[in-house]
Amino acid sequence: MEYVSLLMVFAVAAGVAGALMGIPLLIAPKRTSPAKQAPFECGKDPVAVAEGRFAIKFSTIAIFFIIFDIELLFVWPWATIYRTLGWFGFVEMMVFLGVLMLGFLYIWKKRGLEWE
Amino acid sequence: MLPLISFRAIAPGMALAATACLLLLLDLLPTRGRKDHLAVVGLAGVVLSMILSLGLWGSDERAFNGMVRLDGFALFFNLVIGFATGLVLLLSIDYLRRQGMESGEFYILVLFSAVGMTLMAGAGDLIVIFLGLEVMSLSLYVLAGWFEGRLEAGEASMKYFLLGAFASGFFLYGIALIFGATGSTNLDRIAVAVAGGAARDPLLIIGFGLLVAGFGFKISSVPFHMWTADVYQGAPTSVTALIATGSKAAAFAALLRVLLSALRTVQPDWAVLFWGLAVLSMTAGNVVALAQQNIKRMLAYSSIAHAGYILVGVVAGGALGGGGVLFYLLVYTFTTAGAFGVILLLERDGREAVAVSDLAGLATRHPVLALTFSVFLLSLVGIPPTAGFVGKFYLFGAAVRTGYVWLAVIGVVNSAIAAYYYLRLIVFMYMREPEGSPTVLVPSLPAGLALAVALWGVVQLGVLPAPFLDLAQAAVIPLLR
Amino acid sequence: MVPESHYVALSAVLFVIGVVGVLIRRNPLVIFMSIELMLNAANLALVAFGQRHGTAQGQALVFFVMCVAAAEVAVGLAIIVSIFRMRRRLSVDELSLMRW
Repeated sequence: MEYVSLLMVFAVAAGVAGALMGIPLLIAPKRTSPAKQAPFECGKDPVAVAEGRFAIKFSTIAIFFIIFDIELLFVWPWATIYRTLGWFGFVEMMVFLGVLMLGFLYIWKKRGLEWE
Repeated sequence: MLPLISFRAIAPGMALAATACLLLLLDLLPTRGRKDHLAVVGLAGVVLSMILSLGLWGSDERAFNGMVRLDGFALFFNLVIGFATGLVLLLSIDYLRRQGMESGEFYILVLFSAVGMTLMAGAGDLIVIFLGLEVMSLSLYVLAGWFEGRLEAGEASMKYFLLGAFASGFFLYGIALIFGATGSTNLDRIAVAVAGGAARDPLLIIGFGLLVAGFGFKISSVPFHMWTADVYQGAPTSVTALIATGSKAAAFAALLRVLLSALRTVQPDWAVLFWGLAVLSMTAGNVVALAQQNIKRMLAYSSIAHAGYILVGVVAGGALGGGGVLFYLLVYTFTTAGAFGVILLLERDGREAVAVSDLAGLATRHPVLALTFSVFLLSLVGIPPTAGFVGKFYLFGAAVRTGYVWLAVIGVVNSAIAAYYYLRLIVFMYMREPEGSPTVLVPSLPAGLALAVALWGVVQLGVLPAPFLDLAQAAVIPLLR
Repeated sequence: MVPESHYVALSAVLFVIGVVGVLIRRNPLVIFMSIELMLNAANLALVAFGQRHGTAQGQALVFFVMCVAAAEVAVGLAIIVSIFRMRRRLSVDELSLMRW
């Protein structure tokens, strides 16, 4: 029974999402045009097929993102017991973040974040 | 509430990590293209770490809730790793510039991999071993593919990475199962649980098997050796030296600690397993090495065979076998770093001279280098008075004294087979005439220094081994308590 | 309540799927995904065993494993991208320049 509230959240989420998808089907007007039938409808004709290759530099940014994203997961358990740890914990976390920032500085200065 | 913090226990590793971070900053400063100063600062960090290890000699304590141990065992391996890293840094300086791949990241990554190695050597907990393993390996995966643009380099990097990550998957699942069987990842507490009857728990047995697969990969023991030859060939020669010496020593350190401190009570059970691995590695490594025409590949199979010899000492166990393993790893570090150091100095037609036939006539053109190489090769064969002989003598002697006579016999027969392919190189250097353009020596002061240190090590450990052997045996004692 | 042994069984299934994936697939990216599956199977097992032994240690270990996995992803993707730049194609069968 302790999970009932969780189930209610699921039910409300499913209901809202279902309603947003279902109501337009019933009441929205339907007019089609070639542009709307295209795989990506954004007001422009597609310039290339969807299976085509994309700029590989995009992946470099993504790789950096993964690292910094996941490293921050250590901040969360630290935050929950922040008061118990006191000053020592604060300094330790600053050292951790400092090392992380050192890596960031290195990427930045080595021009890893530039698009061209 | 807080675990006991002891910076003493991690001081040697911290010195390396701090140096690596300092290098990150120094690399950002504008310089005129040369990166020599980074190697020098890195070398200073390595020397500082070794001095700290010597200063802490004799301590025996547990820190960070038993996660890290500071004992003679860890300190001995810190010295081995320090020698390996220092030699590799020296060898790399001119080599990288010659290949046009000089960059600050190289030295930073070498230092970070050394941090991982010291972490493994001083780990008191399976998860710390795993973290050390990954810190070391992730740096090495990148270093293996350093010569970006060469097909072999990409292949080496990719193979090393995919197979290495696969092996760490096994390693980690093994840790999870052992945690399930014993309720802890701490080696001391695992030892208590194993003595208390968890040894027959199938979870523990399967978990240990998976752990051995992970270790087997890192020490390149048959049947987990598939990556070795390709990575050794495709990686820059100085990185090959680091993979062959430092990473292997660190993996053996962690393996010995797990076996001797956590699983000592069930020694007869795992001794059988490693008996098989030792015989397979020695035999397969040596037989395949006979057919090699590329020196780096030949040394790769030779390193598989040497993993087998070292496993003989692991099987013997105790202070004798363990001491033999530690001593041999020190010997092997000097010998192998030296052998790769010689190859890295040779060039023919502007490319690296790595074929066996490239050595023809080297003795007449560069007698000193040929003599140095011969000493390293004789040490790999195990001929007195080189260090390799003393090392093998103690490994096989420990096996005989603990009752594994057949294992020692197989080891000696294998050493005899191995003599063929090492001596073939010496024959080429001294008795063959070169065909086509000659192989030339590219002079390099730092690399010469590295070769001198390695040569000193091989001769010193071969002529006066007793003090070092005593140190090695004393270093194993804390594990047996 | 789902008993803890079910989680361990699920993690074993995930681990085996990962191992089989590594062995039979040919695309490095898919092999890599299978390896990640193995690591996550270990995570699930750690959490389940932590529950069995009544400690939070299992959950704490998962943090480290996730962190290592992220670092591995970064290095692995970088290696795969650099090989792709060089060859314009990806398959481990083509990684056979060196034999024996």
